[in-house]
Amino acid sequence: MQKLSLEKLGGFFAAIAEKAALYLPVDNAAGQAQYQRWSEGAVLSSALNTVRSAKDFFFPQTENLVDFKLKGKTIEITDPRTEQEDFVVFGVRACDARSFSILDKVFLADPVDGYYKARREHGTIVTLACTEPEETCFCQSFGIDPAEPAGDVSCWKTGTDLFLRANTEKGEALLSSLSALLEEADEAPVRAQQEATREILKKLPLAAFTTESFGGDVLKKVFDSEKWAELSQSCLGCGTCTFVCPTCQCYDIRDFDTGHGVRRFRCWDSCMYSDFTRMAHGNPRLTQKERFRQRFMHKLVYFPANNNGEYGCVGCGRCLAKCPIHMNIVKVAKTLEGELK
Amino acid sequence: MQAMMIARAKELLESGAVDRVLGWKTGEFVYDVTPAVFTSAEELDAGFVYDEFCGPNLSKYLISESRKGGKVLAFLKPCDTYSFNQLLKEHRILRENVYVIGVACEGKTDGEMLKAAGIKGITGIRSEGGSLVADTLYGEKTVKKADVLHERCLCCKSKKHVVYDELIGEEGEPDPGCGRFDMVEKIEAMTADERFAFWRGELSRCIRCNACRNVCPACSCEKCVFDNDASGIAQKAAADDFEENMFHIIRAFHVAGRCTDCGECSRVCPQHIPLHLLNRKFIHDINRFYGEYQAGEDTDSRAPLNTYSTGDVEPSIVYEKGGNR
Repeated sequence: MQKLSLEKLGGFFAAIAEKAALYLPVDNAAGQAQYQRWSEGAVLSSALNTVRSAKDFFFPQTENLVDFKLKGKTIEITDPRTEQEDFVVFGVRACDARSFSILDKVFLADPVDGYYKARREHGTIVTLACTEPEETCFCQSFGIDPAEPAGDVSCWKTGTDLFLRANTEKGEALLSSLSALLEEADEAPVRAQQEATREILKKLPLAAFTTESFGGDVLKKVFDSEKWAELSQSCLGCGTCTFVCPTCQCYDIRDFDTGHGVRRFRCWDSCMYSDFTRMAHGNPRLTQKERFRQRFMHKLVYFPANNNGEYGCVGCGRCLAKCPIHMNIVKVAKTLEGELK
Repeated sequence: MQAMMIARAKELLESGAVDRVLGWKTGEFVYDVTPAVFTSAEELDAGFVYDEFCGPNLSKYLISESRKGGKVLAFLKPCDTYSFNQLLKEHRILRENVYVIGVACEGKTDGEMLKAAGIKGITGIRSEGGSLVADTLYGEKTVKKADVLHERCLCCKSKKHVVYDELIGEEGEPDPGCGRFDMVEKIEAMTADERFAFWRGELSRCIRCNACRNVCPACSCEKCVFDNDASGIAQKAAADDFEENMFHIIRAFHVAGRCTDCGECSRVCPQHIPLHLLNRKFIHDINRFYGEYQAGEDTDSRAPLNTYSTGDVEPSIVYEKGGNR
């Protein structure tokens, strides 16, 4: 374990930024945290988490895949990708760090998504342990310990110091490049902070929340539940939950008419939208009830069924805080749980 | 108040005067209420709530609820009644299938507002006079209600119910001096470049979740042009961010003259973009150019942008009448 005095944090960020693009959570004009590229004077946000998750770095909301340009009777095809630069994301929380392993299962499975893979290879994740979890947090329901976040480097911020520990080769490389700023440290303050955080975790309102009942052979039972109608009745059909979610990974590929060709781009999609997975015959999910069901079936049933029981949720609590009508995975799971017993 | 509402809802359900009740339902925490339909006394007892967190405007749900057969009882706050009236005017709600109980409102807040005021880890809340006392994981925190109310409530345009079948609680009056156009005037006073920068900055945070559109009672098209592939302008994600900005501006144009200023767009925005200011600019301009007009105030008058008179302002004299160049 190494450490750095918080007084030197600005210099530490500057040193990272010299070698790679550095992103960190900064408070925006609306007083909420968002990842921003570091520049001199940028202040690390004290918010528990960012509104948008860290998935943006690997799976951006919109990206151009290929350009087609018409020239007479020929079509010129160009790959708009530019050389991916190395980047470091500082301050990722344990929940978001886990989300990358969920996204990897989707994008790095055969056929590998080259766009995603390139970003993963060039990105170094520096996580920051939580000390003040909120009532909406339930990462521990998925075996995540917010006091022991994963990532290439894990950090703990105390009142005076930043403690760091490399977990991977990438992390080792980053810390060794910064060795002039770091000193060897005793782990005791980190252990003390972890214990204090874990005490708070026990008191969280959702501490006992579990999705275990969805692990077995429950697909048909859950799918056919009559509760979906009631659960989805006030859903607005907006995409807030999907877009703030660190694990939602559905996308659409569309062609943008540039006037003299086509720019094929991919963008986030939401199962809550009326044209999601629309085919020639129409949308297979005709009402909001079916679209709403799709989102929760995916996270609670389909994803674990295909991925050794791993749920498609990390308990970050963003959807609990942001849904305009406060309907969310916790309410859904608790309501359906009764049906499964 | 809540107890009176539940009691009255039970009476109406029991007598058969209504078949179901549209209200707000409690959640996991103290603030996460959800609009919900109740069909029995047991359901009402188990989850019906009316408190300072019941911000969601229920009017838009009545477009579909009024078509499901039978009669629905809807509890509407003063600002919700303006939306309801406007939807009646647009023939979107079947009035005969709705029984409206107007309920008094002292202003609403939500979890986001409390978090912005530094209150985190909320496990309980009680109202004490003009303050909210929150039990949190990190100790007790007290905040003045006025400091955490939604912007739309701080400059509440009216505490009057413009439509109802009966009322619970005290009836109020419109407040023309509420100051809701102050920020609009500040933005009007900016230079064009400053104004452009202001909106580019605010709208740059948009994640195109469509929550503003989907919650908006004035956005009641059965299929939005932005969701319609055949329109040629469908946008699931913008090809560049200026188009994103245009989405909000076009939406503001489309609801101009029909927006009642209920403020739901800004309430639901996960990125806290002050979208209501775009609509208020139109309301302010309509007031200046065509005379004071409040959408939703009645169901029979003609809206200024839906009518023509020889006295209408011409573009050339817009500026003389108070418009800003």
